[in-house]
Amino acid sequence: MKPGFLSKNPSVLTFILILAVFTLGVTFLSEAYGSGVISTSMVKTLGKTLCLCLIAIAMDLIWGYTGILSLGHFAFFGLGGYMVGMWLMYARTREIVLSSAGGVLPMTPQELQDAIATQIFGVVGASELPAVWSLAGSLPAQLALVVLVPGILAFVFGWLAFKSRVTGVYLSILTQAMTLALSLYLFQNDSGLRGNNGLSGLQNIPGLDAVGQDALSVWFLWVSALALGLGYLVAAFIVSGKFGSVIRGIRDDEARVRFLGYSVEGYKLFVFTLTAVIAAIAGALYYPQAGIINPAEMAPIASIYLAVWVAIGGRGRLYGAVVGAAFVSLVSTWFTGGRAPDLNLGFYTVKWVDWWSVLLGLSFVLVTLFAPKGLAGLVDLFQGLRPPKRGGTPMGPSDGSLREQEAVE
Amino acid sequence: MSQLLEVSGISVTFDGFRAINNLSFSIAEAELRAVIGPNGAGKTTFMDIVTGKTRPNEGRVLWGERSVNLLRMNEAQIARAGIGRKFQRPTVFEDQSVAENLMMALKANRSPWKVLFWRAAALDHARVEALATEVGLGDQLERKSGELSHGQKQWLEIGMLLAQEPRLLLVDEPAAGMTLAEREQTTALLVELAKTRAVVVVEHDMEFVRRLNCKVTVLHEGSVLAEGSLDHVTANPQVIEVYLGR
Repeated sequence: MKPGFLSKNPSVLTFILILAVFTLGVTFLSEAYGSGVISTSMVKTLGKTLCLCLIAIAMDLIWGYTGILSLGHFAFFGLGGYMVGMWLMYARTREIVLSSAGGVLPMTPQELQDAIATQIFGVVGASELPAVWSLAGSLPAQLALVVLVPGILAFVFGWLAFKSRVTGVYLSILTQAMTLALSLYLFQNDSGLRGNNGLSGLQNIPGLDAVGQDALSVWFLWVSALALGLGYLVAAFIVSGKFGSVIRGIRDDEARVRFLGYSVEGYKLFVFTLTAVIAAIAGALYYPQAGIINPAEMAPIASIYLAVWVAIGGRGRLYGAVVGAAFVSLVSTWFTGGRAPDLNLGFYTVKWVDWWSVLLGLSFVLVTLFAPKGLAGLVDLFQGLRPPKRGGTPMGPSDGSLREQEAVE
Repeated sequence: MSQLLEVSGISVTFDGFRAINNLSFSIAEAELRAVIGPNGAGKTTFMDIVTGKTRPNEGRVLWGERSVNLLRMNEAQIARAGIGRKFQRPTVFEDQSVAENLMMALKANRSPWKVLFWRAAALDHARVEALATEVGLGDQLERKSGELSHGQKQWLEIGMLLAQEPRLLLVDEPAAGMTLAEREQTTALLVELAKTRAVVVVEHDMEFVRRLNCKVTVLHEGSVLAEGSLDHVTANPQVIEVYLGR
């Protein structure tokens, strides 16, 4: 990165500062390292929220900047979670098996593996380790898979879809179908990933038993904040230069970009794969904090929520996506957690647990109609930037020869 | 004279309708050519074929000294080979500034990795400024191009074409929506450009074509009806019949 990048993108510095202050603040209020005002479960919620902010950045890159409404990025998020979850579960089960082995002779590697497999897969009635678990014993290998599996899947899928020039709503449907297929596949018991039970106990990090959850949660918050900060930097770097110009051009007029000599498909594939990897990294950090992952997490609805966050936050700018994801997911936690007070209307009591999705859907519609810039539009309001009012009509050759102010007056 | 672009015997059928019928056309380097014809004569389809947007059912399109077959290439590759296209409606990226529009069009490596790490050097900034000045937008560099007037957008698009440094320029109705003064400017620019590269202008407006003062190709029902100077083709009885009705 050249000097001048930060000075040209002041929002990056502001964002990193706010993130740092937030992380330090939570640390000093946490149970492990501070006054204990924020409970461990709240720290976990905040850490998870940071991961959701990271995937929102990925969504903003692919949707807000490149104009591809992908309804499949939560699949990559989930895959990332599964990849890291496999190691967590395997290594932890191995510890348990070793500590409970009472035999005189040490176990042979084969015996050890069988014992682990029985432990993990007893729940789905299997006792053999499926082939996909063959690398599960190695942390570096699984971490590499966090990037590789979603990356390769996105690359192959994107290559097929973009090569045949599927665009717009058809592409959205295609990505949604991919997500659905993947989650249905994982629901099967013989998929080798424990079917609908998913992977659990992920909050226990092998080798760190001595460290309590209160400290672990703060560590994960730090790592999530670091990943979010780096993700933001990478995304800002991508959109700031000519690459950003090209992908915004693709969003606005794909054919024109092609006639400028840019291979539109190549760019789409690049962004799609990159954002899939970012989503996977976010997922790999999210699920150890959540403790459990199952195929329901990858259902299409999750990816639709992701689009709603980015839309409410304000797509087409990175901090908008972050604000949207943080705001909506935290408010959603509050409403659906049963902590929101019921609204008594006299004739009917609104229970927010039931009505939250209605409220969310309604605000999505309202934001789309009346505030297309989302929450981030408030920043413009503060800075006094107002878009010209043109009533949505494009200016034809006759009116268009006027400047906008003239035409409106 | 060696030919830069050679189109021979192309035909295109859309749902049984023959938009282009055994059309042959060629243009030399540094030549200005006007293509005229009534609506539906196949002018735009012809451009679509050359730029790779439409695939012909038969025929050949050969390009350059090495006679590369353009039909095997996609739009982006053809554009990189040196064919620039100006659309009828000005198509600039309205959400981006004039400078960004020009910077994107500037001749440079187009592969995603190269573009990702590409940063404008002083030379590039100077080039963008020079181009903007050339098309009369020198003081508008930081404005969003969506705010420009229709005529200014036309000029910006021409500037973007120049930035691409194409060897062949295809220009679709450049004078549409321009004032008289702007038209004269456009004519002068096109004539000037044709000194160093091939330029094909598709136009309805006979006055405009007359001012270009170049060889004219008349298209009708997807094939060439007549070719020659404007006076020559307008004297052609078939052309008169096509233009003035039967």
